[in-house]
This record gives sequence, structure tokens and C-alpha cells, in this order.
Amino acid sequence: MLSAFHDAFSLLETLDSNLLEIVIVSLHVSISALVIGCVLGMPLGALVAIQNFPGRQIVIVILNSLMGVPTVIVGVAIYLLLSRTGPLGELNWLFTPKGMILAQSVLTTPLIAALTRQIIEDGWRIHGETMSALRLPIAAKLKWLVWDCRFSLSIALLAGFARAISEVGAVMIVGGNIDRVTRTMTTAIALETSKGDLPLALALGMVLLGIVLLANLLTSVIKSFAERRYG
Amino acid sequence: MNRRNILKISALAVLAFSTIGMSHAQKSIVVSSTTSTEQSGLFKHLLPVFEKKTGIQVKVVAVGTGQALDIGRRGDADVVFVHDKVAEEKFVAEGFAEKRIEVMYNDFVLIGPKADPAKTKGNDIQAALQKISNAKSTFISRGDKSGTHAAELRYWKGAGVEVSATQPWYKETGSGMGPALNTASGMNGYILSDRATWLTFKNRGDLAIVVEGDPKLFNQYGVMLVNPSKHPHVKKAEGQAFIDWIISSEGQQTIASYKVEGQQSFFPNAKK
Repeated sequence: MLSAFHDAFSLLETLDSNLLEIVIVSLHVSISALVIGCVLGMPLGALVAIQNFPGRQIVIVILNSLMGVPTVIVGVAIYLLLSRTGPLGELNWLFTPKGMILAQSVLTTPLIAALTRQIIEDGWRIHGETMSALRLPIAAKLKWLVWDCRFSLSIALLAGFARAISEVGAVMIVGGNIDRVTRTMTTAIALETSKGDLPLALALGMVLLGIVLLANLLTSVIKSFAERRYG
Repeated sequence: MNRRNILKISALAVLAFSTIGMSHAQKSIVVSSTTSTEQSGLFKHLLPVFEKKTGIQVKVVAVGTGQALDIGRRGDADVVFVHDKVAEEKFVAEGFAEKRIEVMYNDFVLIGPKADPAKTKGNDIQAALQKISNAKSTFISRGDKSGTHAAELRYWKGAGVEVSATQPWYKETGSGMGPALNTASGMNGYILSDRATWLTFKNRGDLAIVVEGDPKLFNQYGVMLVNPSKHPHVKKAEGQAFIDWIISSEGQQTIASYKVEGQQSFFPNAKK
């Protein structure tokens, strides 16, 4: 096993252009899914947190369950949706990065929404009465709460990114693992492992781990910088 | 730079990053093919030549033969390139392709532990399978409706042995050739593989080729254009260009020139 790690390091040193392509596809798909998840999920989660409406509890249960939905199920569902014989076939998104972004957005949006809801709800418990007393319009309430809980929410974003970049089930099925087009780090690891090329799979795994660590590092640096500056 | 600007710039950078690769004017086709052609490295050798000549990008989705044909049935591929004659003829009969064209062949080999507990060594696949069944030696099956799986079931039938997952020595993994070989390597069991994938497989453990050279182990590959009358959006011109090229003398020579560990892996046999 040690020799596999040794080979992996030497592979990374050469910094293959193929490897770079794979990393770029992964980041492109997962960051896009993160942006969509944030734009759709955060307002949704915040709204559910502060607004009372019929069926609210059911929505909360559904969001929480979707947090942990197996990625292969999402993959098969989106595959059937995007297949030429499926309802969205005309879009031609199957086996393309766009289809993969759609699939990963289905994973990130509920996750970010559910985490946002929990975080905002805690903030609402503290500030709710004050805000209601001031008769703030709902948009202002949301804006203020999101700003107040921004550090916890950054963790929600990180969780969304981690979920997207490390999943393999959805992108494998919807993307087809096409060389140079839809091959991501996770699908490449699966492929190289299945070819028995364990050093290369390990090398890719280390790159993936490195990116996740970097994202975490970046978030904590921004957080400590902002905390020091703005409290 | 104050905080506002930093935030704005990083937000823009993230958004810009997420929109790269939005436009792609190059012609392309989707070919659904098998794990044996992809994982043996044949496509990596073959496709750049075609792309350079025609400018058509070939996107290969590599799955088991059964799944590749299903992708064709759903119209999610333009061309299907697999190795199960019976299944391919059914595909044509169902109307999903107008015809089936033979392209190349390679052969299957029986892989097993070097110690060969079932004493299968030789050149008779069906006799070997009988011995494995009698000895109840661990046998790994792909179990995934692939061309290799279909061939494996034909050999068991020819050997007069009924196999099922209820027998503890017969393990169905439901996976591609590589993962199944990984399992066989880990369990030190017997497995049927195509020669090309075996030659490129790196995690051999204690396994080696035990049976080869049986004429029954001949493995024919065929290519089909998905029928435009069933799926009008199929890229007929580009798909046909691909088919015409791989059966042309240039395509056939490129196939023949692909060597793994110095050995030719696929043998072109398109009819002239």
C-alpha cells in the first residue's frame, strides 16, 4: 500500500494536463451547483424559518430528508428527466456538464435550505420579537438575519460545496464519465480504481482532498479576518 | 481594496467560473460503447485520429453492452459500438438501427489463480468451466448484461452447467470488467475477461491467464447507427461518418496498430 502512495506522489509531480482538465470540470460543476444552491436554498430556508404557513412542518421534514438523499437516486431521476425520451429531453443536457450541474443543484439546494432554516430559526428566536416590534418588512427581516448569522451560514455553504464535489453517483449517471467532457475527479477515481490503477486513483483522491481542505481553509481565513475587523 | 470590493470581486469570480465552457460550437456525436473498448485504452488511441481528420468530437459513454444498447433505444446516443451479436441483432429487429456492421474482434481469456486449483489450464473453455463447477472454485461473474457476461453465460450453457447466484462459489458482482477483475484479484477466483482489458489491468494479484485460444472465445464487435426514423434528432451525418471511418482501411489500420504491452489487442475484420 505504501508503494501506491509513493507512485501517487510522483504522478502528481508531473501535473498531467489531463488531470488539470478533470479538476476544472469538477470545480466548474460543483461551484455552479453551489451558487445555484445558495441563490435558491438560502432564501427558501430563511423564509421557512421565520414565516408561519400551513404545511410548514411538512416542508421542514421534506427538506431535512432531502439533505441525505442517496446521490445515485438523484442521478437516476435526473437521467430519466433529461433522456431524449424524457420530459426535458429537448434540452440536450444529458451527458453534458449542464446536466451534471442540474443534478448537483438538486443535492445542494435542499442541504443549504435545511441548514439555513435551522441557523436562521435560532437567530429568529433571539431577534424575532424585536423585529416584529419594529414592524420590519419581510425582506428587511431576511436580510438582517442572514447578515447576523453570516458565519454559521458560511458553514452551510461549505457543507453544500463538500456534498457536491465529493459525490460520484449523480455525476456518473447523468454525465456518463466522458473523457475530457464530463469526467470529474470522483468519476475518474472510480474509473482508475476499476482499471486496477490504484496509484493514479490515490493521486486523484489526494487532489480532491486537497481542494476540500483548501475550501475549508479559505472559509476559516475569511471568517477570522472578518471577525477581527467587524466583530 | 475595501471589504465591499473584495466581496464583489470574489462573487464575480465565482460566477464567472461557473459559466465557463458554456459555448461549444464543435460538431460532436455521442457513442455508447462498452467498458472493454474504453478501459483497454483503444478509444484513447483511435478517436484522436478520427477527430483530427473530420473535426467531429466523439463523446464515449462506456457502460456494459446491455446498458449501451438501452442508451441507444432511448435515443441518448447517436452510435452504438458493442460486442454481443445476439443482442445487437435484436436491436436491429426492434427497429432501433437499420443494420449492424462488423468492425473488429478480440478474444476472451479465462483468468484464474496461478495455482489453478480446479486444474483448468488448457484451451477448452467449456471443459474448464465444468471443472470449476465440479471443484466449486470461486468464480466471479460480471452479472451486468454486458457482452462479456452474455458470452460467459453461453459457455456455461454449452458446458451443461446451470449457474446462479444461490451457489456460494459463483459470485455475481453486477459491475464492469475492471471492478470485476478487482474482485477476482481480491478473492483469488476465476473470471472470464477480454484479453485487451486484462492486458491493461494493473491489480493482478496472484492471477494469470489459464485458458486461451479456444475458437469459441472469439469476441466480435459491431457498430450501429441509431435509427433516425425512431429518433429524428440523431446526428445521422456525423454518426455515419464515424462508422464509415472505422470500417475504412485507415480506421481498420488504426485499430490494428493499437498495442498493449507490445501485443495487438483488437483485430479488424470489417467486410470490404
